[in-house]
Amino acid sequence: MKSYLLFALKRLVQFVAVVICGCSVAFFVSHLSPISPVDTIIAQVTGRSVADPAAVQEMRRTLSELFGLDVPLWQQYLNFLLHLFTLDFGPSLMAFPTPAMSLIRIALPWTVGLLTVAVIITWVIGNVAGGLAGYFQNSKLLRAFGIIAIGIQPIPYYVVAFLFVIIFGFLWPVLPISGGFAMNVTPGWSWQFALSVIQYSILPAGALVVVGIGTWFLGMRALVSNIISEDYVTYAELAGVPQGRIVGSYVIRNALVPQLTSLAMSLGGIFSGTVITEQVFTYPGLGSLLVNAVNNGDTGVVLAISCISIISVAGAIFIIDLLHPLIDPRVRAE
Amino acid sequence: MFSVFRDLIRYNAEFAIGLVLVGLVVILAALSFVSPVDPTAVYRAPLDQPPSLQYLFGTNSRGQDMFWQLAFAFRNTLSFGVMVAIFSRIVAILVGLVAGYVGGWVDRVLMFINDIFVAIPIFPILILFYFVMRANSNAVLLALLMAGFGWPYDARLIRSVALGLRFREFSRQAVFAGMSPVKIMFHEHLPYVMPIIFATAMANMIWAIGLEVTLAVLGFTNLNIPTVGTTLYWANNHSSLVVGTWWWIALPVAIVVIMFVGLFLLAVSLNEYIDPRSRLRRMGA
Repeated sequence: MKSYLLFALKRLVQFVAVVICGCSVAFFVSHLSPISPVDTIIAQVTGRSVADPAAVQEMRRTLSELFGLDVPLWQQYLNFLLHLFTLDFGPSLMAFPTPAMSLIRIALPWTVGLLTVAVIITWVIGNVAGGLAGYFQNSKLLRAFGIIAIGIQPIPYYVVAFLFVIIFGFLWPVLPISGGFAMNVTPGWSWQFALSVIQYSILPAGALVVVGIGTWFLGMRALVSNIISEDYVTYAELAGVPQGRIVGSYVIRNALVPQLTSLAMSLGGIFSGTVITEQVFTYPGLGSLLVNAVNNGDTGVVLAISCISIISVAGAIFIIDLLHPLIDPRVRAE
Repeated sequence: MFSVFRDLIRYNAEFAIGLVLVGLVVILAALSFVSPVDPTAVYRAPLDQPPSLQYLFGTNSRGQDMFWQLAFAFRNTLSFGVMVAIFSRIVAILVGLVAGYVGGWVDRVLMFINDIFVAIPIFPILILFYFVMRANSNAVLLALLMAGFGWPYDARLIRSVALGLRFREFSRQAVFAGMSPVKIMFHEHLPYVMPIIFATAMANMIWAIGLEVTLAVLGFTNLNIPTVGTTLYWANNHSSLVVGTWWWIALPVAIVVIMFVGLFLLAVSLNEYIDPRSRLRRMGA
């Protein structure tokens, strides 16, 4: 138990370091650029009409204050880090004066829900199928699945999402292709709403699953085909251990350890895929909000979403790392 | 080095297929150097022509010959991928070899930084980058930024190999012969990690091109430069699927898939070559 706590503590330090470093990168990218948000806004405003220089000066001062740009950079950075702990990212521009954080609070559950469901389905199916394919190497069905997986695996998210929109939107319109729930349903804790949400999430989640599943399948198959040549597996087979038990707890469980690690490592990439998938299906999550914010020049929201996604991805990795000892007892002894 | 490639082509079908697929795309991209058209000019050809003998890949709603358009697009996209792969390889080699050879606290610090970079989701940062740079951003800057996030996974791989090399006989001998650590790392150890560098470079290109295309499809890059992503962006912008100009989307997607499958097969077959166990199985041992 003590060693597990030490392990958890190490991971916690890592989590905090990732959040601080990642958010700092986001902060400096947004602040060390040659273009300041204040100038951009002023250019937008003065581009449309002739403005009085004194009024422009006044506006520049107010905007600088609003963005917290009227103090030196190191102080801005300290303020940013302090506000990070309370998740306060200042006001949004496109929905002034709503705080950027309340916009995110509305969008975040959609993304988290979509991502969690898609990742769990992808990871479980991909690994089980891959494990079986690695163990039963003569099965024609699993071999065919392997060839399909090689073909699909490198296709980028947006292509699959587009294909889904074309197939299920134009050729065979059976499922809704845009939005998060039906227009005539009021959001709340009702069956109707839940069913609507599930119905609308099938296509975006399906697109994420189709793209992701190949990687896990191929990775697991390669791992398992290495493990089955290990001595302990041969010994178990000779000793007459039931086949189901060999596949399940001797082979697949061992191969799951590196797969869990790579799940943690690939979460950032899957998040990027979710952003584009949401955009294609106009799903009301973080991705759509992010694109909207960029198109509206909303610095506060863009920076806030960057930081929130860094925190969420790092948090998910932290949780996965804590789960590690459950399937790999050796971690506890580390 | 070359004999390795010759053997791979001869005995490894996946490698040969991958090489052919990538080769086709490279040839298309190379054709852009003899292109008779300016890729940025619009309304130079009849609109919305389906593929025919005169316009091999058809024309789009902006009056551009899709064949030359795609030739330029793939040239830019491929060179972007290569750029990211080279930049990130340099960082990965430096970090991996130093962490593996020097070890101790240097290793621990480098791997700590490494783990941080693995965990940071790059996409929001890329969008933030576009957001603040707008028109000032260019392919090289974007490639540098992406390379800054593309090295950690591969650095860890290289480190694990270098860690094993450090205690090999020849490394000790080199130390006793008075070879400097830098020379040992780059003359003695680098050749051993070369296959890994090639294999991961392919995977890294897929990653970089995928991200670039994603950014461009959303409209978050310089839209006047033809790349695979911007081609798709303009196709969406002119709602090509509704209008019925399917070749505008289908062709770039098909070629990109060909390229990705090719690069993936190259990476997989090189990986298999690196792992002696799977090489033995292929030989039927």
